[in-house]
Amino acid sequence: MKILVLVKEVPDAAVEKTIGSDGRIDRSGEKTLNPSDTNALEAAVQLKEAGADVSEIVAVTVGPDSASRSLQGAVSRGADRSIHLSDPAIAGSDVVATGYALAELIKRESPELVLLGQQSDDAGCYAVGSVVGQFLGQPALSQVSKLELAGTTLTLERQAEYGYDTLEVTLPAVISVSDSANEPRYPSLKAIMGAKKKPVEKLDLAGAGIDAGKVGTAGSGVECKDFQAPAAKSAGTIITDEDTAATVEQIVAWLDSRKLV
Amino acid sequence: MANILVYGLAHEGTVNKNSRGAVSEAAKVASQLGGEAHAVLVGTDINDSVAQQLGAVGASKVWTVNAAEGVAQTASDAIAALVEAQGYDYVLFGGGLLGFEIGAAVAAAIGGGITVEATELAVDGGKLVAKRPIFGDTLLSTSHYKGKGVIVARTNAFEVNETGGSATVEAFDAPASAAAGQVTLKVRGEQRGADINIEDAQILVTGGRGLGTAENFSVADALAAAFGSGSAVGATRAVVDAGWFPYAGQVGQTGKTVAPKLYVGLGVSGAIQHKVGMQSSENVLAINKDENAPIFEFADFGVVGDLHKIAPALTEAIKAKKG
Amino acid sequence: MAASSTNGHAPAEFPPPVDVEAEFIATPQAGEDEAIEVGVAIVGGGPAGLAAANRLLQLLAEDEELLEQLGEVPVAVIEKGKTCGAHNLSGAVMKPGPLKSLFPDEDLTELPAVRWVNEHDDVWWLTEKGTRPMPGPTPPNFQNEGNWVVSLSQLCRFMAEKAEESGAYILTETAAAKLLVQDGAVQGVVTGDKGRGKEGEELGNFEPGMEVHARHTVLAEGNWGHLTGAAIKHFNLAEGANPPVWKLGAKEVWKTKEQWNKVVHFFGWPGRANNKWHETGVGGWVYPYGENQVSIGIVVPLATPDATVSAHDMLQTVKQHPKLKAILEGGERTAWGAKAIQGGGYWSQPKLSVPGALFVGESGGMIDMASLKGVHMAIESGKIAGEEIYKSLKLGQKDLSSFETAIADSEIVGQRLYQVRNNMQLVGGSSMPFNLAKAGLDIISKGKIPGGRKTTHRDADVVQIIPPEGKRASDLYPKADGKYTFDKLSSVFITGNATRDDAPSHIRIEKNVPREVAETWKWMCPAGVYEIPEDAAETGNVDVIVNYTNCVQCGAITARGGRLTPPEGGDGPAYQVV
Repeated sequence: MKILVLVKEVPDAAVEKTIGSDGRIDRSGEKTLNPSDTNALEAAVQLKEAGADVSEIVAVTVGPDSASRSLQGAVSRGADRSIHLSDPAIAGSDVVATGYALAELIKRESPELVLLGQQSDDAGCYAVGSVVGQFLGQPALSQVSKLELAGTTLTLERQAEYGYDTLEVTLPAVISVSDSANEPRYPSLKAIMGAKKKPVEKLDLAGAGIDAGKVGTAGSGVECKDFQAPAAKSAGTIITDEDTAATVEQIVAWLDSRKLV
Repeated sequence: MANILVYGLAHEGTVNKNSRGAVSEAAKVASQLGGEAHAVLVGTDINDSVAQQLGAVGASKVWTVNAAEGVAQTASDAIAALVEAQGYDYVLFGGGLLGFEIGAAVAAAIGGGITVEATELAVDGGKLVAKRPIFGDTLLSTSHYKGKGVIVARTNAFEVNETGGSATVEAFDAPASAAAGQVTLKVRGEQRGADINIEDAQILVTGGRGLGTAENFSVADALAAAFGSGSAVGATRAVVDAGWFPYAGQVGQTGKTVAPKLYVGLGVSGAIQHKVGMQSSENVLAINKDENAPIFEFADFGVVGDLHKIAPALTEAIKAKKG
Repeated sequence: MAASSTNGHAPAEFPPPVDVEAEFIATPQAGEDEAIEVGVAIVGGGPAGLAAANRLLQLLAEDEELLEQLGEVPVAVIEKGKTCGAHNLSGAVMKPGPLKSLFPDEDLTELPAVRWVNEHDDVWWLTEKGTRPMPGPTPPNFQNEGNWVVSLSQLCRFMAEKAEESGAYILTETAAAKLLVQDGAVQGVVTGDKGRGKEGEELGNFEPGMEVHARHTVLAEGNWGHLTGAAIKHFNLAEGANPPVWKLGAKEVWKTKEQWNKVVHFFGWPGRANNKWHETGVGGWVYPYGENQVSIGIVVPLATPDATVSAHDMLQTVKQHPKLKAILEGGERTAWGAKAIQGGGYWSQPKLSVPGALFVGESGGMIDMASLKGVHMAIESGKIAGEEIYKSLKLGQKDLSSFETAIADSEIVGQRLYQVRNNMQLVGGSSMPFNLAKAGLDIISKGKIPGGRKTTHRDADVVQIIPPEGKRASDLYPKADGKYTFDKLSSVFITGNATRDDAPSHIRIEKNVPREVAETWKWMCPAGVYEIPEDAAETGNVDVIVNYTNCVQCGAITARGGRLTPPEGGDGPAYQVV
């Protein structure tokens, strides 16, 4: 069985996120492997360790050349090789266009299972897994906190609207792994050094056979602009406790006014 | 035609509040666009009275799809087909797990754009736009759609507006895709233990160094208990470091990020490392004896005083009020 | 805070629980398969370590035979920060020579790291509201025409990229925890464990450290060298040297409304002129830092006797000065950082090599405190290290003593350090104008006048007192408003420090100490690590709370009687532009 893990390079959590003059997230600062993706990689490795017949774990990313560092980080966490789609024309893709490009890359590999992290630290759409699934014609399930494989059937658990749900999925499928699914291991120093030598396939849109008209700004169905500061919260009421009974009365009146009790 | 289709999540005969709020919002915006709000319910037990729960909050038409509830694929197949058949321009989801999954799949299927975590809808130049807070709610981004648009709202972003109206109800026969057949829902909504996770709490009472000792967390526990179900107790890093409270309950930069309806800080100073984990809380109540504590700069209601006196009295007052 | 009821205490009376030999020195245990075999291990991805890596790889590029002999990993740089540069901070107005000669083919002034090429200098002697005229012309050590204002954290990123392109393995998020010693020679290092809990227990994702075996090891650890200290102790390398002397610098980067284009150094206020406070060594800077940006910083000696001296808060205070307010007001703070400076200079340098290892940059005390410059020395010493290691590799020998001679002979490093060997001691002596005159003469005469050897004392031996209210350094500190002035936790926050909360503490101190010592640590620490419980006794001993996850690894506690050990790799600040 082949497992593909979708990974993404995102601005480091330490970077104050801003919108650049082009109306996109400014990605010029420090970057890192999206933290949530480490849960997906760990899940892939754990399936392998649990005895699933995993022939290969492949890390896949779409992003600028600089993303190769994060991709290497992903490989050091257990992938056997990696694929990197990089093309200037892909910048500005929305989540649907990105999902389309990822789906095209996945089709080339025909894996039985695609894993990804629950959310990206930057755009935070929680949506790319379902988009990819739709383009592949495969079921997509997100927020998965437990996954067990028996043959070609995955048994999954997740916390949903009304409590815990248990589902069975016949592969192939696209699964977004929640951060409660596992505690990702630190890659060993040997694995970090070894990652430099694992094969990486670098592709541009033409090389991957992706229609450039369906990605990038032109291929995106939504445009985000008019960035503005949210309405300022009005200043709070601060009182000093002199008579506790009266203070409590005031607190309760405030809670009441906000419909909190 | 500028009708808006809204996905309604119905479980055991009840449409959730989240979906009803979305229908009310859609009705409001659709009227500005010169259209109507329609809704779609997916399930094997959707009868007329379930459908009318949405008629009562602004839907003029409700489509019912007889397919398994709790799985995204059946719903997204149906909605994509509905959009195709009826020419809807916009599809709105109230949020929640299925909202995200179905919304994303629909956007891909209909070739539209998608906005998630939207908190506001508006009309700009005769078209619908969706606003989404980004970067820890420090900035508001506005989505403009080139063609069809999908909006997945932040959970409970919209108020329910009871209009007392009713909807035409019509069954829609949705084609099921092969992918839908690959998924089987085995258990839906299993309840496990009463412990509420602090990230899901509607009311979060957080204890800081000002509590004084680990034992004094009983003050926070009692206050949370008085607020009733949906409430939980959290802690600052300092008290977790001191071993007064488990790490799982830590709010802040290196702990959990919470956004309850009400956050109560007991002896919490409100340093930036804590603030970034709770700044999306709707209402902030702070009790601290240090009038210079940073929390008073962003509290909606702040009390400078001894929490050991005030919190127990507040607990009693809330209990009394709730009867 | 209570006034001192005693005559005070020195932090050195309360040594931290640490056994250097047992904890930080090890003999190689791992077989070849378990260990990582490298040619040269470089501990620390700062300017010195990365200069060594780059220079050595330049020489190896011309010597295929030797390169092959070194195996798969000819050079490994071991860096505890998230990335090279994440823990690096400096003023820094840099003499560009060494960097230019290391990268002769690069258009260096185009780098984002190079913020400004200086044309105009000034020196301000601050009083609370104004300035005093300088006695005489700008001293030569403050003349910076042609020097570059750099962002050290960005310069390190650039140098790491260059090293990687040339074949170095840059192992970030990796601490070097132990020095491997066998047969009287350094054999490499052991990297730090990851995934330990608060009590040191192994968590589910525990990953043990590994032995890294190397023919030569470069200790380029910067100001508070963990393994450098262990090596100095183990090999007894500091015999006869003065104790190291430390200062603590705090820096902010600001977006300003208007362009500022002068390199300014200031001294005087808020340091007190009365010599009993030993604050005459307080000084700072404002440098242009690119378009509508400046950096501002202050450097405070760690030998002050007033327990309430705080570099973080003195920086907030000095920003109240009208001349500085005129530059900053209406602007926005975009970055902050703090770092201690090992400023003992020539007389406190250890012997710079042992078989199999050498010290470069600040690890080897190579800072010119007279002109507040260390980056160029770090780079130059790293370059020399690369060259001398190359020679030793050629000869197949462990001996690296030729490095010591090469450093001593270097005009940029050794000769300059000798010339300014007494300068800092002179500045701290008697009253300000007289000190300046003496120090100025020392500079002009290249150390011949007054000459001789000036001694220093250990910072941790300075007795700490809590002066009565109205006489404290802290009386001047402004309340933070979150816009122009900041509290320590807000400052730590913007460093991006997100140290794992359930990691074991990496700070060793004696936690039960007299209040004077506790207050000293509390005020000194720019990151709010040390806290005194609210209900602690006003006099006598208190139990210090150590919020070690706030730590920005500045190193000041090492000067003041405690000891830092490397935390888990990847922890600590993520400096980006300081």
